[in-house]
Amino acid sequence: MTVKLMQGNDAIGWGAIAAGCRFYAGYPITPSTEVAELLSRELPKVGGKFIQMEDEIASMAAIIGGRVGGLKSMTATSGPGFSLMQENIGYAVMTEIPCVVVDVQRLGPSTGQPTAASQGDVMQARWGTHGDHPIIALSPTSVRQAFDLTVKAFDLSERFRTPVILLADEIVGHMREPVDLPDFKSIHIFEQQVTDSPADYKAFRNSPGDVPPLAAFGTGYRYHITGLFHDEVGFPTQRLDEVDPWLERVNTKLDKHLDEITFLEEDYQEGARVALLSYGASARTARHAMKLARQKGIKVDLLTLLTIWPFPEKQVEALGERVERIIVPEMNLGQLAYEVERMVGRKKVRRVVRANGEMVTPQMVLDAMEN
Amino acid sequence: MSNQDILDAATLKQDDALIPQSGWFERSETLQKLRKNKKFPTIWCSGCGIGIVMGALIRAIDHLGLDNDKVALVAGIGCTARMPVYMDFNTLHTTHGRALAFATGLKIARPDMKVIAIMGDGDALAIGGNHFIHAARRNMGITALVVNNAIYGMTGGQYSPTTPLGGRATTAPYGNVEPPFPICDLAIAAGASYVSRSTVYHALELDKFLAEAIAKEGFSVVEAVSYCHTTFGRFNKLGTAADMLRSLKDNSIPRSALERLTPEERAANTKIVRGNFVNVDRPQYTQVYSNLVTRVQAGER
Repeated sequence: MTVKLMQGNDAIGWGAIAAGCRFYAGYPITPSTEVAELLSRELPKVGGKFIQMEDEIASMAAIIGGRVGGLKSMTATSGPGFSLMQENIGYAVMTEIPCVVVDVQRLGPSTGQPTAASQGDVMQARWGTHGDHPIIALSPTSVRQAFDLTVKAFDLSERFRTPVILLADEIVGHMREPVDLPDFKSIHIFEQQVTDSPADYKAFRNSPGDVPPLAAFGTGYRYHITGLFHDEVGFPTQRLDEVDPWLERVNTKLDKHLDEITFLEEDYQEGARVALLSYGASARTARHAMKLARQKGIKVDLLTLLTIWPFPEKQVEALGERVERIIVPEMNLGQLAYEVERMVGRKKVRRVVRANGEMVTPQMVLDAMEN
Repeated sequence: MSNQDILDAATLKQDDALIPQSGWFERSETLQKLRKNKKFPTIWCSGCGIGIVMGALIRAIDHLGLDNDKVALVAGIGCTARMPVYMDFNTLHTTHGRALAFATGLKIARPDMKVIAIMGDGDALAIGGNHFIHAARRNMGITALVVNNAIYGMTGGQYSPTTPLGGRATTAPYGNVEPPFPICDLAIAAGASYVSRSTVYHALELDKFLAEAIAKEGFSVVEAVSYCHTTFGRFNKLGTAADMLRSLKDNSIPRSALERLTPEERAANTKIVRGNFVNVDRPQYTQVYSNLVTRVQAGER
């Protein structure tokens, strides 16, 4: 391939095509719309389908329906639309239908500032839908990562039969960088393999394994899918002997495979007493601040989280044992810092936050290191 | 025989090919379409009309000779939306109001399947009203089966978008002050290719309308007027299930009979009009999109 100047939202669209996404349903919203525009143009070329739905609720419903029919599916939105999608994201969790939801975060709450950057949906990505549930959220820091993590999002959603949130932000989404994308033919993601006969097939079986294979509608596997608690073949049930094994399996199916889900970048220096921990566009601030600090001779660790949820507890805990202070720059009032504090204790964590649409600056991070 | 003649209950003939013969149920493999092993008895109250609609739907699919694997039933939330769980097809029980949005994605992914969205009046027209008009506008190849019992039954009898003016409900203790939606008129205005209405008293007519709707390529709507004797009937002193069923017979009129009335009589009609209202052929969405894909892949810009 050749090097191209590309914005993050376009890289997300290309990542979807490369991952085999063949259905996109969405509703226009700044700053995510370029994803829809690219896929409306490119999906038909590869035999895929694009539809602009009447709202984000319908978009989320449609991509689940599309995946039930066998097409790898995605939608993209921003804060207000992400809020509207939450009920059906919970439906996808409950029914274990793979799908990818891109949230290019903008400043909220409410309409906020549609063109201003934010990382204010960190907790919405984790807990936006009601009820206890597992979720995966990945957050790119560059245009190339926007591509790579979109591919990963599809892979993980299929592997674990779960919605995956690509938690981008306005800066990464609209930023242009030169990228050299890999040959799409070299990209392979997890494919469902149903080996049971239709008579024996259990779409929600609790053993063996954590994740039963998913059969598409229309392929001879007739079964029931419901957002109600259900038994192994999908029928609604209130029997605890049927509900409890399901709860146990679904709520631990990610925990048992964290090494396959957790992506992060560690740039550690022996003897560092302070660490920077960040993600998304703010990770670029953190990296810049790290360079400035090291130029001054200050030893500093840098941990960049590409996987936000499940939160990389083990790695953050280990970082807390290495250093005396962890600085967490982010474009909200400290949403991910809550999690860091949960792992290492409040006294070790210094929040460097901004929720006015502007990036945290490297100087703000340096100030926090020195004071 | 004209379409209209077929649709008039007054002219229904038992030897009509579309009408199942007596004893059909015992002889028919239709029974196989029920999931007998686990889910019965149904959640519906004794005397509920929804089971009649389920029977009509099974007979219609059976009449069309469809492969069970190629039929998907998609439902939202509510008494009516529980219907798919009892039937042996690809069944998707979704979130409240969103059956048509899920069905849209499924139909796009599987244009070869017959996708039937099964909704109550609140599901289809209140929380799901936006999806209803847009599915019709797109002429998405889905059959929308709306069972209209004029109330939210599952939550205990709150007024719905089809509760008659003055009707009492738990949230309309002094009588409903909101005018109801005419479901068929809405579907017609939004662009549906096929629109019919009957009642659960006229079960054989429902069979026929559903068979026609499911056979239709474009967006089709069948309004099945039912009743809820345990909530709406009780609050409004309308009697037993049998009384309410009988009132559907007494208070409905075939469209053709209505048209034989004088304009003055027609204007004064307050009965439920049964019949087919629209049956046209318009380009169906997934076919149109398939053509687009072909054009784009051929290099058209």
